[in-house]
Amino acid sequence: MANIKELAKGEELFTGGHRACAGCGAVIVARQVLMAAGPNTVVVSATGCLEVISTIFPYTAWNVPFLHSAFENAGATISGVEALYKSWMRQGKYNKKVNFIAFGGDGGTYDIGLQSLSGAVERGHNILYVCYNNEAYMNTGVQRSGATPKGADTTTAPVGKVKKGKEQYRKDLTEILVAHRIPYVAQSVVGNWRDLTSKVEKALSMEGPKFINVFQPCRLGWAYEPEKTCEMGRLSSDTCIWPLYEVVDGQYKITYKPKEKKPVTEWLKMQGRFRHLQKPENKAIVDQIQDFTDKQWELLLKKESLTS
Amino acid sequence: MGKSNIVARTGNEAMAEAMRQINPDVVAAYPITPATEIVQIFASYVADGLVDTEFVPVESEHSAMSACIGSAAAGGRVMTGTSSQGLALMAEMVFIAAGLRLPIVMADVNRTISSPINIHCDHSDTMMIKDSGWIQIFSENAQEGYDNMIQAVRIAEKALVPVIVTTDGFIISHGMERIEILDDAEVKNFVGTYKPENYLLNFDRKITVGAIDLTDYYFEHKRQQIEAMKDSKSIISEVGAEFGKKYGRSYGLLDAYKLDDADIAIVALGSTAGTAKVCVDNMRSKGIKAGLLKPRVFRPFPKDEIADVLKNIKAIAVMDRSDSMNAAEGPLCLEIKAALYDKGVKNILLNYVYGLGGREIGLGDLEKVYNDLAEAVKGKAKDKINYLGVRE
Repeated sequence: MANIKELAKGEELFTGGHRACAGCGAVIVARQVLMAAGPNTVVVSATGCLEVISTIFPYTAWNVPFLHSAFENAGATISGVEALYKSWMRQGKYNKKVNFIAFGGDGGTYDIGLQSLSGAVERGHNILYVCYNNEAYMNTGVQRSGATPKGADTTTAPVGKVKKGKEQYRKDLTEILVAHRIPYVAQSVVGNWRDLTSKVEKALSMEGPKFINVFQPCRLGWAYEPEKTCEMGRLSSDTCIWPLYEVVDGQYKITYKPKEKKPVTEWLKMQGRFRHLQKPENKAIVDQIQDFTDKQWELLLKKESLTS
Repeated sequence: MGKSNIVARTGNEAMAEAMRQINPDVVAAYPITPATEIVQIFASYVADGLVDTEFVPVESEHSAMSACIGSAAAGGRVMTGTSSQGLALMAEMVFIAAGLRLPIVMADVNRTISSPINIHCDHSDTMMIKDSGWIQIFSENAQEGYDNMIQAVRIAEKALVPVIVTTDGFIISHGMERIEILDDAEVKNFVGTYKPENYLLNFDRKITVGAIDLTDYYFEHKRQQIEAMKDSKSIISEVGAEFGKKYGRSYGLLDAYKLDDADIAIVALGSTAGTAKVCVDNMRSKGIKAGLLKPRVFRPFPKDEIADVLKNIKAIAVMDRSDSMNAAEGPLCLEIKAALYDKGVKNILLNYVYGLGGREIGLGDLEKVYNDLAEAVKGKAKDKINYLGVRE
């Protein structure tokens, strides 16, 4: 695995000058994924923050070939690019080794793009799909998604006089991908460059469909100070809100185990989207989130020991 | 004259045969909603190693066109096939393919749009995407479907406008016909090699495709797309003429049958034009000067060319195999009317919406239409908008 000096010496493949918010985690994902992937990479992006902030015509932040077509179809679109590559290689029309990487936000991946992603990985395309998961539709004004956690305040599941934010737990997309029995599935996070870049390198060393779900703090939708993005990412691992692990050919490996598991209240209190949970009358929701987090973590530990 | 073989083929088999001979780099398709036999026939060619094509059996039509967009942007020659609900589902991506100027070729078997659910022929699927920026070529029979597919590749790649080639569901798609199939080498030679100017897999010239294009540039890019559609008229004519020179079957923007001296005429797309030609001959044998206009392309709309051939016809019936649901004329009639307006032509113009959901259209129906026109010429008042063959 490349060290930080080696990574930093590489060509800048996702350049500055884009229009992301100060403190945006999505561009950290794009930059670090490309650092690990290198220049022989074609990128497809779903409609979303990353695409909108990076390709305002006539400018582009992508120093690799880049394609965006729509919101719900990054899986199918990268399938098409990879299929053409395969066709040309077979016909002897092309001979370069190329990585095919798709980026989609949680809206474009958990929700509207799930079918397209499922089809792409089921067909076995040699692709890496990276979900930059900021737990809501941030590009369009913080609407709830299937990735939004219980209790979060969003514009389509707002905190009101009766409702206390989102009532449902988020779906477990990573496990949905594990159920596709593809070669590589992982969870990573913004704020842990070594974890993310090594997972990308590992994924790209394998043939077939790969998926990495990268937890991405969003200072706008989560409402925290912009300089705390990486800190927020690390805190999500330390609270086990977002465990870091990988599943290689069905075998689970937790890649980060906090020495001391912090309570979820440490996590919740940093964010405006959970502000209402500070009120004593909402303590039951906080307890439910802690209970949910504990159970998920215990289950993951069991999966690791079961498959080791 | 190029070499060819006479065979019996259904429309679907003929379209799939053309695709085999074109040998595209990628075919991405979904076979259902409703089932399009073209895709499964083509899959058998892939399974038998008869093509170099990478076949992507996607999980929906939306993904079919998405994958086609990926392959075409990457630099490939790309095809797909669909019909009806499938086209409706892929509609979002149909517009995007055209906006990105990707020369994808699609076979569309014309079948109606739900609801009520019905798998039979009408043109409501193709008409739904008439403003999407695709060239639309209608076929009268399986031979034309086959010939049009081969020409479509050349047209799309020259114009950088995607092309949809339609056949009428069941009437052409499932009907067995005698057709002439060109030798594989002839087709290979006619379609030539596709050399994209800019493409994703060219790392010497890295490009961003599908950028966000705001108020300061979007209009200019759409204006270029509009111009490309205008320019495609001459490309369609040139490719059709070259095809005719090589293989004896010439194609243009429209097909005028016995129109020169006609008093009355029907305008019809697709297979109905074949029925109408027989009807014209029958009317002519009775001394009635009947004619037919078959627009071969609905997009680009050959506005001036249509007005020129219709301007001296005393009474015209425009046959629409779909309705605009606008409480007025069907889509073809509206555009024919607009074309005539610019030429100052105010001849009798009647609209017949017919054949929805696969309702049969026979010689007797078209004879009635010609008789209506003949009576209208004599001064008898006729309804402007008619629903032919419906019980009401």
